Amino acid sequence: MSVVTVQLGQCGNQIGFEVFDALYSDSHCPQGLCSKRENEAYQASSKERFFSEEENGVPIARAVLVDMEPKVINQTLSKAAQSGQWKYAQHSCFCQKEGSGNNWAYGYSVHGPRHEESIMNLIQKEVEKCDSLSGFFIIMSMAGGTGSGLGAFVTQNLQDQYSNSLKMNQIIWPYGTGEVIVQNYNSVLTLSHLYRSSDALLVHENDAVHKICAKLMNIKQISFSDINQVLAHQLGSVFQPTYSVEGSCHYRRNPLGINWQIRPPLPGLPTLGKVSLNRELHFNTSIANLVILRGKDVHSADLGGFKDPALYTSWLEPIDAFNVWKTQRAFSKYEKSAALVSNSQFLLKPLDTIVGKAWNMFASKAYIHQYTKFGIEEEDFLDSFTLLEQVVASYCNL
Amino acid sequence: MTQSVVVQVGQCGNQIGCCFWDLALREHAAVNQQGIYDEAISSFFRNVDTRVVGDGGSISKGKICSLKARAVLIDMEEGVVNEILQGPLRDVFDSKQLITDISGSGNNWAVGHKVFGSLYREQILEKLRKSAEHCDCLQCFFIIHSMGGGTGSGLGTFLLKVLEDEFPEVYRFVTSVYPSAEDDVITSPYNSILAMKELNEHADCVLPIDNQSLFDIISKIDLMVNSGKLGTTIKAKSLVTSSAGAVKKRHQKPFDAMNNIVANLLLNLTSSARFEGSLNMDLNEISMNLVPFPQLHYLVSSLTPLYTLADVNIPTRRLDQMFSDAFSKDHQLIRADPKHSLYLACALMVRGNVQVSDLRRNIERLKPSLRFISWNQEGWKTSLCSVPPVGHSHSLLALANNTCVKPTFMELRDRFTRLYKKKAHLHHYLQIEGMEESCFMEAVSSLSRLIEEYNQLDATKSMPVEDLPRLSIAM
Repeated sequence: MSVVTVQLGQCGNQIGFEVFDALYSDSHCPQGLCSKRENEAYQASSKERFFSEEENGVPIARAVLVDMEPKVINQTLSKAAQSGQWKYAQHSCFCQKEGSGNNWAYGYSVHGPRHEESIMNLIQKEVEKCDSLSGFFIIMSMAGGTGSGLGAFVTQNLQDQYSNSLKMNQIIWPYGTGEVIVQNYNSVLTLSHLYRSSDALLVHENDAVHKICAKLMNIKQISFSDINQVLAHQLGSVFQPTYSVEGSCHYRRNPLGINWQIRPPLPGLPTLGKVSLNRELHFNTSIANLVILRGKDVHSADLGGFKDPALYTSWLEPIDAFNVWKTQRAFSKYEKSAALVSNSQFLLKPLDTIVGKAWNMFASKAYIHQYTKFGIEEEDFLDSFTLLEQVVASYCNL
Repeated sequence: MTQSVVVQVGQCGNQIGCCFWDLALREHAAVNQQGIYDEAISSFFRNVDTRVVGDGGSISKGKICSLKARAVLIDMEEGVVNEILQGPLRDVFDSKQLITDISGSGNNWAVGHKVFGSLYREQILEKLRKSAEHCDCLQCFFIIHSMGGGTGSGLGTFLLKVLEDEFPEVYRFVTSVYPSAEDDVITSPYNSILAMKELNEHADCVLPIDNQSLFDIISKIDLMVNSGKLGTTIKAKSLVTSSAGAVKKRHQKPFDAMNNIVANLLLNLTSSARFEGSLNMDLNEISMNLVPFPQLHYLVSSLTPLYTLADVNIPTRRLDQMFSDAFSKDHQLIRADPKHSLYLACALMVRGNVQVSDLRRNIERLKPSLRFISWNQEGWKTSLCSVPPVGHSHSLLALANNTCVKPTFMELRDRFTRLYKKKAHLHHYLQIEGMEESCFMEAVSSLSRLIEEYNQLDATKSMPVEDLPRLSIAM
């Protein structure tokens, strides 16, 4: 089953390149620490998911590159071609001449409708190349104009056109101390719109990844390239093939097939246990956890700690909320590696912070004229705030 | 990739413009070694086959044949433009893209704006349309002028209204040279106030510059060059003020050094839009991030480094010094005190081999000493462009939207009031058709309203930063 990736904006395209590079390098890594047959199955599965074949044998990434100005796409295409190992399809790019100016409204209301047909056509072409489509992986940032605004628009369209396929958005949470001054507005608008059309939001915070580079990897002068590579490494370790729990001989068919949509019990019905007020507030409550183990000794790993009911919200049993995927094939030359994907209160604080800052700015009406110019009115902002406050409250109440 | 057109008006505008084009050519020559006409060059230059007569000569790709600046030169006297056209840059300018007259505006805003405005409106429109047609995707007009004279001030601001009507989607970035207190043009307060009203209403973004600051920067550089500090030599090409290098001038004219600084400002402003980098910043992002309210579009700029020492190894300390310098008053292009006023927004445009961690480290370091308005506590916009300017390994342009411009405007208003009370020289203006005392009154109230907006924001300076109560949701 294949995944079609849509890379949007400067951030999306720069990260997308690193992801495909990481996926390719890992697939073709000579030390798989497993049998040859195992390695070949792994390679074949990974290849099918992310690359398509061309006549001369150079794999082509299953990706659509979108940006409103040409510099980054040109760079991305040439970097991939230079590697000589894999590349992007020349015609899978959509590019304009003038960017979105960090303006969510411009990306969503102007670029979106204007280029809807062209972009959806490109995606359609890429989908047709797949034998069977498991879903879409959309890479975008929240702070800018194209990734955020156009990204939200495209995700909405994907929801309309491919309602049966999974849509996972990789969103990049900007640095707390500004990359873009209106990043909080753009983030609030993006998140509220994605909540209505995306199936899962995979979040990476620039601050967190930066700390990883500084503290864990000891890089002195950290560049965006370093950050993107760490990110790509993490994503690779999640998306590369694994066996499903049933222990079948085939690699798990759907890489995105985790039960992302866990709904809380409907209001009015009695919950399994009341929200206990004396539960310690610093505890990070989860509603779903996925652990992915790769390499040596995966079958003997003890995951008891993850099954502790204290980790989960009162209306879930750990057995429903916790999943493990394993493979003996090592990832990227690491003898053992583990990845954790978690749907928990971890992002509550960052979300709350962004909503708070955006709200403060909104109260002063600063920069609003830049958005109303392109059709995003104050009511739209208010709707977004309301939706996100609901999300914050829901997570708080876990 | 988008294109920009430079409209240089008046003596000051054209002299600065000339320095700008010289510097731009040098920069692109240094970056583009193979002489291919690429998108970066196309933002400011057209590629023309000079053998073709008439208009059909534009070449969009391939080797550079002959570069023509995307510029319109306007002056109501012939001297300055003629000198440019006889100088070493004569081939860079399209002789059809000029508008000149003979008599000049007599340092009278009304003559520039009303008389020449109406006289040359059609011609101006035609030249602007022509230059727009030559662009694939026109994003921005850069207007360069001075505020104190007649042509730059009057006709330059007349242009703004024309641009707004004809090209509403294209940004209008104005580089305005404000008169200093000791300005030798007696009527400069009148001209400046009348021009300010137009800037308030029709410009998207204004970069005010004053001659005194430029002069101070020159003095500082001269001091460094001549002090003969042990063991250090300054790379000639790196002087922000020098035009040494490609174009040899017979003698450097008095304002050349100062004009070069402004030219550097414009180059750095557009660098991230033209060249690649890990975090790009286009011109529309400048307006989006730095203009929180439509009227408050005056940006204080400061440029570092002003020169580079010859030692090639740039230790981190030197990089950090660059950031500190950008926030020192010595490097600002206008006299103002941002550190003691309120920041509404701040942009850092970095060029060269600087990475995001250097940026973050310095922002963290400098943040505590700067006061930001309550609703924009982390109001930083950053960009990283990989291509450094000629002669430097890295550079930084800081653009701040700060209430510190208020004293400058108040001073301007005071000078105006002193002159106006005595009705000095007023008749020169009132005798122009369309000018009445009410024009002056309107201009002053426009400025007063602007000052009042800054006042209101300043009043929040001492208030504690509190989070506003959030929406409460019923679950």
